[in-house]
Amino acid sequence: MQAEQETIPFIQRVTAQQPVISIHHLYKSFGTNAVLIDLNFLLNKGENVAVLGKSGSGKSVMIKCIIGLLRPDSGEINVLGKEVTTLNQEELDRIRVRVGFLFQSNALYDSMTVRENLEFPLRRHWIQITPAESNEKVMDALTNVGLAHTVDMMPAELSGGMRKRIALARTLILNPDIMLYDEPTTGLDPITGREISQLMAELGEKYNTSSVIISHDMNCIRTTADRVVMLIDGRCYTEGKYEELKKSNDPNVKQFFE
Amino acid sequence: MVLSKTWQNFFRETGEMSRFTWRFFAHGFKPRYEFAEFFRQCFLIGYKSLPLIGLTGFILGLVLTLQLRPSLIDYGVESQLPAMVGIAIVREIGPVITALIFAGKIGSSIGAELGSMKVTEQIDAMEVSGTNPFKYLVVTRVLAATLMLPVLVILSDGISLYGSYLGVNIRGITSFNLFFKQVFDALSFSDLSPAFIKTFFFGFAVGMIGCYKGYNSQKGTEGVGRSANSAVVVSSLLIFIIDLVVVQVTDILGLN
Repeated sequence: MQAEQETIPFIQRVTAQQPVISIHHLYKSFGTNAVLIDLNFLLNKGENVAVLGKSGSGKSVMIKCIIGLLRPDSGEINVLGKEVTTLNQEELDRIRVRVGFLFQSNALYDSMTVRENLEFPLRRHWIQITPAESNEKVMDALTNVGLAHTVDMMPAELSGGMRKRIALARTLILNPDIMLYDEPTTGLDPITGREISQLMAELGEKYNTSSVIISHDMNCIRTTADRVVMLIDGRCYTEGKYEELKKSNDPNVKQFFE
Repeated sequence: MVLSKTWQNFFRETGEMSRFTWRFFAHGFKPRYEFAEFFRQCFLIGYKSLPLIGLTGFILGLVLTLQLRPSLIDYGVESQLPAMVGIAIVREIGPVITALIFAGKIGSSIGAELGSMKVTEQIDAMEVSGTNPFKYLVVTRVLAATLMLPVLVILSDGISLYGSYLGVNIRGITSFNLFFKQVFDALSFSDLSPAFIKTFFFGFAVGMIGCYKGYNSQKGTEGVGRSANSAVVVSSLLIFIIDLVVVQVTDILGLN
C-alpha cells in the first residue's frame, strides 16, 4: 500500500530541509474584514511549527487556505511542490490525501462507528484494499492512540479526549506527509491536553510527519513545536524557538507566556 | 427602485437554491458514483418511511370513505363510492398527502443531519479527506428521495384503497373483487400517469430543499433546528406549487 502511494507521479518527493509548505504574500479577506495581510510562511520537511496568535488573527484561515477549504484573494501557497491555488478539484484531492487535518471539533462522523470512521478514508482512496488489510490498518491506528477497545463504539459514547485521539488516528491512517492541527487541545482538561500533546509528538516522530499546529496552549506548543510563528492582525509578527520567544521582552510576545 | 430586505432575501435565497440545483445536475452524474451510499439512502428514505406512510395512507382511505358515504347516500349514488374514492386517492390526495408526510419525515431529517454535519465540520472533514461531500451527501440523498417517493406513493395508494374497502364494509357489504373492479374501471391512463409523474418532482423537491437547507446551515446548533424547520416548510410549500403547475399542464394537455 505504501508503495502504491510512492508511485503517484503527481506529487514529487520532497527531500530533507526542503519546504513542504511555502506561503508567499498571502491575502485573504471576508467582505471588508482583511484577515490575512501579506502573510509569508515556511514549513520544512520533518519540522513542527506552532502558529500562535489571538483569536481572529487569521491562524485557522491560514491552514484552511493551505488545505484548499478557503480560496485566498491573492498570493502563493505551495504544498508538496504544487501550487494549491491553481489546482483543479482532482489534483487538490490528491494533495489532500497527503495532508492530514485535525479539526478543533474532531469532526468524527456521528452516524458511523469508530471502525467506520477510520475505514472511510481508507476505502475512499485505496479502493482495492481487502477487509483483512483494512481491519489491520484500523486496529494498528487505534492501538497507536491506545483505544483499540473502542473500535465498535459510536463517537457519542466517547469522552472528549477519546474523540480527539480517534480523530488523530483517522487523520494519520493514510500516512500523510503533513499534519495540520487546528487547536488540538482546546476544550480538553489540562491533563488530557498534555496527553494529547505528548501523543502528537510521539506520532509525529513515528509517522515522520511535518506539522503546523495552531494553538493557544503553551504546554502543547512547548511539547510539540520545533519553531513558533506568531501572527498579529493577519501578519507574521515574529518567529523563533519556544525558549527564545519566552525570553523576549516584546510586550506582544510576552503576554502569551505570562 | 429599492427592494425591501425581505424581497432581497427572497431573491438571494432563490438564486442560491437555483445554483445549488444546477450544481446537482452539473456534477451529479459524473463519476465517481456513490452507489453504496445511494442504496443505503434508498433503504433509509424508502424502506424506513414505509410504516408511517402506510399507516397514514390506511387512515386516509378509511376516513375519506366514512365521510363521503353519507353525502353519496343523500344523492342515492352510494354505489359510486369506490370509484369516487379511487379517483380522489390516486389522482390527488394520495400523492399530495404522502409527499407532505414524506417532507415532514425525510425533509427534516436530511436538513437536520446535514446541518449538524456542517456545524460540526464533518462536511469539511469529508472534503479534506479527498471525498466530494456534495456527491457523497447531496446527490445520493436527492436521487434516493426522487426515486423512493413514487414507490411509496404507489404503496400508500394501495393501502389507502384497502382502508377504503374496509370503510365500505363497516356499514355495508361489498366484496373485495367488486370494490377493486369498480375502482379500476373508473380509473384511466390519464388519471394515473400525471399523478405518478408528479411524485418524482415532489421527491426531488423534498430531497433538494432538505439538502440545501442542511448544507448551508449556519449559526451553530440553533441553525440546525432552523434548517430542519425551514426544510419542511419550504418543501411542503413547493409540493403545493408543483401540484398547481401539474394541474395546469395536464389541463392544457387535455388529461383532466
